[in-house]
Amino acid sequence: MSINKNLIDYEKVIRECVKCGMCQAYCPTYRMSRREGAVARGKIALAAALLDGDVELEELLGQDIDMCLMCGSCVVKCPNKVPTHHIVGAVRRRITGDKGMPLIDRGISGLLGSKTLKKTAVKGGALLSPLFLKKIPETSGLHLRFSPSAMRGRTVPKVAFRSLFDRFPEFLEGKKDKPVIGFFAGCSLTYLFPEVGEAAIRLLSGMGYSIFMPKAQGCCGIPAHSLGNGRLIEDLARANVEAFKKHEVKHIVTACASCNSGIGENLADMKEDFRGFTDKVIDLSVFLQQEGLFDTLSAMEKRSDRVQVTYHDPCHLKTQGVTAEPRELLKSLPQVNFVEMENASSCCGLGGVFSLHHYECSKAIGARKIAGIEQSGAEIVATACPGCIMQLQDSINHAGLKVRVVHLLELLSEALNIS
Amino acid sequence: MIEKGEERMDEQVVREMVAIVGPEDVSTSKADRITHSYDATQKRYLPDAVVYAESTNEISEVMKLANRTRIPVLPRGAGSGFTGGSLPVKGGIVLVLTRMDRILEIDTENLIAEVEPGVVTAELQRRVERLGLFYPPDPASKEFSTLGGNVAECAGGPRCVKYGVTKDYVLGLEVVLPSGEVIRTGGRTLKNVVGYDLTKLFVGSEGTLGIVTKIILKLLPKPAAKKTMLVQFETIEGAAKSVAAIIGAKIIPTTLEFMDAATIECIRNTSDIALNPACQAILIIEVDGEPEILDKQTGRILDVIGPFGILETMIAATEEESERIWQVRRVVSPSLRKVGPDKFNEDIVVPRSKVPDMIRALEKISEGYEVPIVNFGHAGDGNIHVNIMVDLQETGMAARVEKVVDEVFRAAVLLRGSISGEHGIGTSKARYMALELDEPTISAMRRIKTTFDPHNILNPGKIFFTSPPLTEEGGEK
Repeated sequence: MSINKNLIDYEKVIRECVKCGMCQAYCPTYRMSRREGAVARGKIALAAALLDGDVELEELLGQDIDMCLMCGSCVVKCPNKVPTHHIVGAVRRRITGDKGMPLIDRGISGLLGSKTLKKTAVKGGALLSPLFLKKIPETSGLHLRFSPSAMRGRTVPKVAFRSLFDRFPEFLEGKKDKPVIGFFAGCSLTYLFPEVGEAAIRLLSGMGYSIFMPKAQGCCGIPAHSLGNGRLIEDLARANVEAFKKHEVKHIVTACASCNSGIGENLADMKEDFRGFTDKVIDLSVFLQQEGLFDTLSAMEKRSDRVQVTYHDPCHLKTQGVTAEPRELLKSLPQVNFVEMENASSCCGLGGVFSLHHYECSKAIGARKIAGIEQSGAEIVATACPGCIMQLQDSINHAGLKVRVVHLLELLSEALNIS
Repeated sequence: MIEKGEERMDEQVVREMVAIVGPEDVSTSKADRITHSYDATQKRYLPDAVVYAESTNEISEVMKLANRTRIPVLPRGAGSGFTGGSLPVKGGIVLVLTRMDRILEIDTENLIAEVEPGVVTAELQRRVERLGLFYPPDPASKEFSTLGGNVAECAGGPRCVKYGVTKDYVLGLEVVLPSGEVIRTGGRTLKNVVGYDLTKLFVGSEGTLGIVTKIILKLLPKPAAKKTMLVQFETIEGAAKSVAAIIGAKIIPTTLEFMDAATIECIRNTSDIALNPACQAILIIEVDGEPEILDKQTGRILDVIGPFGILETMIAATEEESERIWQVRRVVSPSLRKVGPDKFNEDIVVPRSKVPDMIRALEKISEGYEVPIVNFGHAGDGNIHVNIMVDLQETGMAARVEKVVDEVFRAAVLLRGSISGEHGIGTSKARYMALELDEPTISAMRRIKTTFDPHNILNPGKIFFTSPPLTEEGGEK
């Protein structure tokens, strides 16, 4: 039996939408198209119509239900907290019969020929060739996110020569009086940003914890969610829960916002009770604050040549209420002068595989971040999600700004001299 | 993407619409009709077609076509109205204006803005505030409602106590009439007495007389500072009397918001400001202006309301504290569901000195019909949001609610107030209009409608009560 929820399981919350229209103020795709079908209220109306048999599935295919980043920005502001991102997921699974939407045949819009763009195109051109993708397991969401044909003209990091799993054993022994911490790496930190994953592990290990990073762990499932591939979502959920059973771990730490949501709140929303696993899932910055690391950092002597850093809220942390901890972490760093930016919490536009289907719209949403970044005067945008890093850097390059996007862990490891 | 089977729209008409706005912006698909069938009343009526307009000319051509073929047209902005103003109760074409969202000009020398109807209210406010200017009307929906919709409904908001409502800021309009003719009313000057004041006629006409395509708005200099305070009262009577006393003392605060005991019960655990267990009513009072006079103003207000049983007073010292106070007010609407699953939200208004009488009347009605009524709102201008919270699953409840609403309206009219301060009549209050207006007055309004729209194609079925009442379509099966 399927452990994914069906549309009917969301019927109660679907009926809780009071059609007030507030989601129009916060939906990134609505702000681009100004079409009712693009906003949460419209999608919920369609989901309700589907339940009532008022509309045929075929009609929804590739239409409004497709125009959703599943970012959850609407959910945070909804007076009744109607979980549109989960409802859209259920509709997509129903549309695709749990097989996931086909990626081929979807027109990837052409690119404009601006100078800055050509520069990035050269940079991005060689990357993620099929050869590189061969190094990455087939179940990885990176295959869904980066089909080679869709990647022309984008700034994307190179696949690292040695993945995170090549760099560490499955189990790292720590101090006897410290618990075992599970580390969920996720595809991006494993293959694209292993140095960030490495920093996380070295940091935790340096704090005395034993680290368990099971090799059997898979993709968090976010891209599969985005595509409506129900079967893959289930396979990954079971595999990940199984993988962490080998050692009793106190926490399962993530350093990727999407992974945190994928193995945390998404698994918690399934029909099977995974609480034994999901209750342990914690974002690294939240964990570090609990462990008192911020006080240690704050006590370090501030450097005179501090660099201006701002923070971008990844949707997958923002919707779970994690907004203060990453900022506190940045503020505590000796080499950082933290500045807030306007629209810090608005979505970068990546949205699982959304960017792949709707690159022009995704780019336009990303471009809305630029003014805030520019006005803040920051030289570095720090965030806590590899997906956001890629998309933000792409937007910044297109705008021709000289601003670097980094994972906040990179700044932390710089402060603590971890390498 | 024209739908098979239950197609109702004449194909020739669809072809003509496509010729006007292009194939991308016309749809008769079921999915698009469903997503344009509702507004914040949660009622649903399927239109026959949806058209996205992008210029005055397109709208004019669509109106000519509709007028010739006698097809109803429903102008629609954010679809966030509370009285059904944008519901296609007689089918036809929903004409969406959200894409006409350009701020055409902000004239800092003459303090004027010219905008298209799809501009979101808060978006304009942010833009003008960066220039040191101010557009005061602030409906609760300002982050998503459009200025076109605000003009159609003559939207208000908390700040209207001091600054007035939408109609006080509209200097001129460009309007497409049902015939397709384009007219221009008013202009760019504060004074203008040439001919009839058609501008005021269109503001608040609920999209029944014409489609507004350009709006010229008056702006003010942005107040230099503001000060917010939250006052807790022992009795509802004390709070109501305080409202009357503040106005009576010739002090006009920017906002004067009120919450009754039932409202406080809903938010007691969600508010991060500690509420006194004995607190039966709250006033949130804000004053604005030059920083030097703010302390003096709050001081005078506290003197005036001193005798009315104050439990606690919190005066915000920082912007964050002021935000915390407003957060108390913002959590009200979403938390009302605790009282009952079905909400009937009326926005009656009475002369300010009559607020205590109205509150007493509401208490009596609530007790008499054994139905919880939660009251909060803009007490400073006498505009009280009356929320009748029930469970419609209970037998006989629908009929009981109808009687309660009727009594509430009668009480407001008896105090020389009105049955709607901000939300308008639309479909949901049409049957009550005769409580407030006499037959010759309604008849004069009907004649105005006929003059502008002889074939009754623009937003038909609104304002004027049609018997038998229109029934809601629960979707076609």
